Amino acid sequence: MTSLASTPVLFQRRVLNALFQALCGICAVIAIAVLGYVLWFLFRQGITYFKPSFFTRLPDNVNPALGGIKHSILGSVSILGIALGISIPIGILSGIYQAEANGKLCQIVRFLTDVLNGIPSIVIGLFIYAIWILPYAQKHPGQGYSGIAGGAALGIMMIPLVMRTTDEMLHLVPQSLWDASLALGTPRWRTMLFVVLPSARNGIVTGIMLALARVAGETAPLLFTVLGNEFLGPITGPVDALPLRLYKYATSSDPVQNAMAWSTALTLILIVLILSILARFLTRAGKRS
Amino acid sequence: MPTIDDRSQSVSGSLTSGTNRKWIDSVYIGAITTMSLALMTLVLAIGCALLWQSMPAIKALGPGFVTGHEWDDATGKYGSAAFLSGTLYSSGIAILVSVPISICSAIFLAELAPKWIRLPITFLIELLAAIPSVVYGLWGIFVLIPLLRDKVMTPALASSTIGKTPILKSLLTGAGYGPSMLAAGLLLAIMITPFITAICRDILLAIPTMQRDAAAGLGTTQAETILKVVLPSAAPGLIGAVMLGFGRAFGETMAVTMVIGNMTPNTPDGRSVALFDPGYTIASAMANKFTEATPGIATAALIELGLVLFVTSMLINFFARSLVRLAARRIAA
Repeated sequence: MTSLASTPVLFQRRVLNALFQALCGICAVIAIAVLGYVLWFLFRQGITYFKPSFFTRLPDNVNPALGGIKHSILGSVSILGIALGISIPIGILSGIYQAEANGKLCQIVRFLTDVLNGIPSIVIGLFIYAIWILPYAQKHPGQGYSGIAGGAALGIMMIPLVMRTTDEMLHLVPQSLWDASLALGTPRWRTMLFVVLPSARNGIVTGIMLALARVAGETAPLLFTVLGNEFLGPITGPVDALPLRLYKYATSSDPVQNAMAWSTALTLILIVLILSILARFLTRAGKRS
Repeated sequence: MPTIDDRSQSVSGSLTSGTNRKWIDSVYIGAITTMSLALMTLVLAIGCALLWQSMPAIKALGPGFVTGHEWDDATGKYGSAAFLSGTLYSSGIAILVSVPISICSAIFLAELAPKWIRLPITFLIELLAAIPSVVYGLWGIFVLIPLLRDKVMTPALASSTIGKTPILKSLLTGAGYGPSMLAAGLLLAIMITPFITAICRDILLAIPTMQRDAAAGLGTTQAETILKVVLPSAAPGLIGAVMLGFGRAFGETMAVTMVIGNMTPNTPDGRSVALFDPGYTIASAMANKFTEATPGIATAALIELGLVLFVTSMLINFFARSLVRLAARRIAA
């Protein structure tokens, strides 16, 4: 070994190898350090207003520091509810189609869904604006914005994600299960509904939760659709949402609102993280059982 | 391994053999097919709707929309050239900064790191990819911008050596008051790094271990195995991953809007390579000008901006997906 290591060429190769390994390690450390710095700042700054009253109160015009973001939380929850209502049926049914069918149409739909997944979120918002809000606003100036339209935009963004996981999860169900059910003379729809879907349930729920986590923080599609609201409004009109509130407070010139932006960001991050982590535990529980 | 074809044959076999509940099966098949067709229509409808509502602007402005760089409600001129170059510039900076770091991190995670460290880091990177862009924007406004202004821009503008160096002279200059192309590019880089790392790691893990073993059997070092064996066969996939990251940066709205300054550079053609100057991207222009757009041609021009973004991002994604698919096929073969 010692005689080999002393060969200049081999020595050079070993040094290069060590350098390469160090370079990759350093890059990984840089990436994680920067991202850790972002998160650390968020927790440090966000904790100031992070207390129960912040979540249960509306903005306070007399004493802004006592105000809260109740209307944004409620708005976000209702918008996300509508998004779920739109994306779950369309996503799951077309995911089932992907697993059941085979052929040209199937491939075209899959390709277009990939395309849909890559469209910038602001374009989806603009689409809802172009077909829904603008025609309405041309008849009734200044109206047309609604929480429902925002929910539709987020729902469209969730469809490809829900479809993809449904498709993948159904393919993971053992072939023998399909065959056994069909061999008993069970019709195709009963096989899907009572045999295949139940065994893929955990995976599909995980996919839906991850999709929800992804759209929960989307701001751009909401700009053109729900508009934002300083008060608690009905879902049929302009409502507020957490990401919109965060955007407004972050770009405001009032220091109190700036500080509240950090706490709003912390709230939003916690919602996203809790959804992602729950989804992961669900997958693990599903694998064990 | 039973393939999907086997299954569909057995399924259609049971269908044609006929049960008395066959009509429910027809309803079931009808329902899933209809949903898929609806999904297909939806994607096409997005393009059509944008085209329909931007028609007034297309008719009034013609090709001037793509070639012009002025966006002025008063004179009725709407040109998107300055926004497009701003978008390409900021996404380009983001790619230049994030690609080396992402690929090296992916190599570290897939090839070099000890087993016990891989899982937690992968988990962390996936979580970071889920952080909303508006949160990155907030961090950009209050942490990144002051940092860049005090530690980079002010010293660079004061330095006399940079003022004489040929290329740096035109790059490291500009207004230098904070919101800038540099801030937008760096923030985008931070945002797309976890995204590109995650995809590259998956691609590297898909390369068969046999290739590495064969190389190691010839006595190569780990670095040589990765650089000469693993990376070449992963190349199309890695390029695809980088393009997907570029597509992300290209359409990113909120974080960019919050740190880019939203001003067309003050040059004759609305373009500037000065990193410290504020700028505009297509998406940030849409988000910013939307609230003040009057009904009619101003709104239609904004929707046409959306159409431009839609078409370009579709092209980028199409090429990126084809490359990733090509890589998968090559690995499988």
